[in-house]
Amino acid sequence: MALKIDQDHARFRHIVRGRIRQNLRKFISKGELLGRKGKDTVSIPVPQIDIPRFKFNSQQTGGIGQGEGDVGDTLGNGQEGPGKGKAGQGEGSHVLEVDVSIDELAGLLGEELQLPNIEPKGQSRIRDDAERYTGVRRVGPESLRHFRRTYREALKRQIISGTFDHERPVVVPTPVDKRFRSWKTTSAPVANAVIIYMMDVSGSMGDEQKDIVRIESFWLDAWLRRQYKDIATRFIVHDSTAREVDRDTFFRTRESGGTMISSAYKLCKSIIESEYPPDAWNIYPFHFSDGDNWSMDDTLACVELLRQSLVPWSNMFAYGQVESPYGSGQFIKDLREHFRGNDKVVTSEIANKDAIVESIKEFLGKGK
Amino acid sequence: MSQHARKNQLPDYLRAEQERIEAIARSYGLDFFRTGFEMASYDQMNELAALGGFPTRYPHWRFGMEYERLSRSAEYGLSRIYEMVINNNPAYAYLLEGNSLTEQRLVMAHVFGHVDFFKNNFCFRATDEETLGKTVDAGPPRRDYEPIRRWVDRFANHGARIARHIERHGMDKVEAFIDHCLSLENLIDPWEAFRGRVSPIGDADDEAPIEVPRLAAKDYMDRYINPAEYLEAKRKSLEADRERRKRFPEEPVRDVLSFLLEHAPLERWERDVLAAIRTEAYYFVPQMQTKIMNEGWASYWHSRMMTEKILSASEIVDYADRNASILATSPGQLNPYKLGVELYRHIEERWDKGQFGREWEECSNYDLKQSWDMRLGGGRDKLFQVRSLYNDVTFIDEFLTPEFVVAEKLYTFGYSGKKGDDVIESRQFRDVKEKLLFQLTNFGNPVIEIVDANFGNRGELLLRHDHQGVDLQRDYAQAALEALVRCWRRPCAVATKLDKKSVLVRYDGAKHTEEPYVA
Repeated sequence: MALKIDQDHARFRHIVRGRIRQNLRKFISKGELLGRKGKDTVSIPVPQIDIPRFKFNSQQTGGIGQGEGDVGDTLGNGQEGPGKGKAGQGEGSHVLEVDVSIDELAGLLGEELQLPNIEPKGQSRIRDDAERYTGVRRVGPESLRHFRRTYREALKRQIISGTFDHERPVVVPTPVDKRFRSWKTTSAPVANAVIIYMMDVSGSMGDEQKDIVRIESFWLDAWLRRQYKDIATRFIVHDSTAREVDRDTFFRTRESGGTMISSAYKLCKSIIESEYPPDAWNIYPFHFSDGDNWSMDDTLACVELLRQSLVPWSNMFAYGQVESPYGSGQFIKDLREHFRGNDKVVTSEIANKDAIVESIKEFLGKGK
Repeated sequence: MSQHARKNQLPDYLRAEQERIEAIARSYGLDFFRTGFEMASYDQMNELAALGGFPTRYPHWRFGMEYERLSRSAEYGLSRIYEMVINNNPAYAYLLEGNSLTEQRLVMAHVFGHVDFFKNNFCFRATDEETLGKTVDAGPPRRDYEPIRRWVDRFANHGARIARHIERHGMDKVEAFIDHCLSLENLIDPWEAFRGRVSPIGDADDEAPIEVPRLAAKDYMDRYINPAEYLEAKRKSLEADRERRKRFPEEPVRDVLSFLLEHAPLERWERDVLAAIRTEAYYFVPQMQTKIMNEGWASYWHSRMMTEKILSASEIVDYADRNASILATSPGQLNPYKLGVELYRHIEERWDKGQFGREWEECSNYDLKQSWDMRLGGGRDKLFQVRSLYNDVTFIDEFLTPEFVVAEKLYTFGYSGKKGDDVIESRQFRDVKEKLLFQLTNFGNPVIEIVDANFGNRGELLLRHDHQGVDLQRDYAQAALEALVRCWRRPCAVATKLDKKSVLVRYDGAKHTEEPYVA
């Protein structure tokens, strides 16, 4: 049953949305939302929304209690729940936890960063067949008999043949009158998308760098999920060799050793070739690294791979370079040089957590 | 309402139950309005509670927030609303679907206690609509007392009117204004209803030259009998008097909302909204003034009726369980149900045994006092008298005794910066009573009044906070001043003390300032 309060509740949610939006950049760079992630929702602590009044400073008021305890004992009540005008110890103690769906959050992100919607590339060859009961035909199983149409046909026939009696209006359908529901098959193109995350886990990538990648990938994920109905994600980690891992391992792995970026690209290429035919899939490779590649030769190999296969196959190839105390960060410069003017290759430098927002915008701002 | 009522009708077995309990309540001497019970589901109950018990009110996000909070805590099983009753004639009460029969009986008995209180306590006389909020007679009600209290309709009317303003002026605009009004909602005079109209005193002619009355004296004695210095001083004081009369308002005004209604440059729709919010604020005043008494009274009667007449033996344990959760205490919170019911029982016992009056007061023999029993049996009559003639402040002031404080383990607590938490401060009778009264006075709101509406001869509004040892919360005070400026459209300031210094907290529409101030 719809409640009258729904309107007020929607209004309240609207205000909360506004609050979240105001603080979205802070939420993003702090990354505190990720720990509060449920299945489809994130619970966000919103600073209390309150109607300010003239009131007593709560630290000076104190109050009356009832029960055991000696003078000087602490009460240890976090002051939860509806106190009847009693003391609480903190102004900030009433934090409202609001559940927001990840989809809604992505919407807020889009509004805040003014992200364009993505246009799926070309016409996908994958078509989905859907069956809908829209038509009527003369043959079919009894279970699909259309009663009203059958009755009408019978009535028509009786009137035409003059057997219809106004005094005694009995309509008897014969097998010829029967009409059955029938279906039509429609097929529509389906936009499928896959995100392939690649991350450099060589010794120079520290915890903070990985944290940045984690936060950023959460938001990229959220946004792309909003844009495509079904989305697959794959994870590749690499140092001098690459391997595919699951999400959990992706953010946990720590290797030492050198960096051969081409190894990841090769693996990425083979995954796409074997599982995601580029003409049917929207492909989003995201690569995060500190930009310290092993050798110039390897960099050239990467460029070659990108130019030959990955870039033409993908909607967009994104490279995010996380700044680390080690590493030259040369790779981004090389990429920029080789792909100048190619707007399918998007690069972004992420200096620290505060830069995540801008970086998301760089990646998603083109609507690809 | 009618459609709502049809949908939420009581099932037959509860209707029979209602008739039975009603008869029992009357047999105990309770005197209540006609009371209608309705069934409500969890959702509906949360909705009603969020709306303060009224099925239809003006649209505002605050109700939505309350609803979210309530339904959240109901989901987590933290709280459950058993009972809700509206001070209306006829009274409305709600029963939660899915409660057990024992619980429904408990709620009904409890509700009749409340409705008896609504009808008979003098504070609630302020909600009689036929007196337009003016109550002259606070004595016990006449036998055929049936006041007009159609507050459910009235709140619905407010809702319809404000909805119309929203249609005309836009949600954002009206809602923002409602927010401002609500910020000022507690600046009302709780005794407004019992005050007579103050007629302007003094002669109207303020322009006539001041004549100092002289004592009659012969010419040669005149300068001794009416010395020039005296005449001058007298003239000055008369002049000051006249100045004071020119001040606006002449006397400090507690009811800030009505002052704004009468004098602030508001648009018509704003005036209408503010008037509605003021009326609703006044409606809730008696309930805040009698929280402890009202809940205590209802609890006292439900426990008497349940255990003496209503329950069968098999239901007692179930009832005791419910009752215990209603009367449970937790550290740092005062349960008004518990305090109230125990205090009533204490009073009943004292008056039954004659433990009152001069003889009792002056007796200092502990043993004698312990066994004091004059077998007067006047407890019940006293209780009915108390429920009619007291409010929380006078109730505590008169009937809280040192024995009671000890028996009920009452204590005061305060915030300790060292421990970063609330700490038990005292168990002394004097401290407990003082703190309790402080908390109840003006229902825990600071006393703030308008002293000058032409402050500094610049049309600014000056308020004064009657500082009783506790500061105002600064950020809230500033935000409330912003709301005030929105209505008054000129700078506003409040004179108060912060950190032991007299200051003027001022907002001029652009920035907040604080300066030392001596009135």
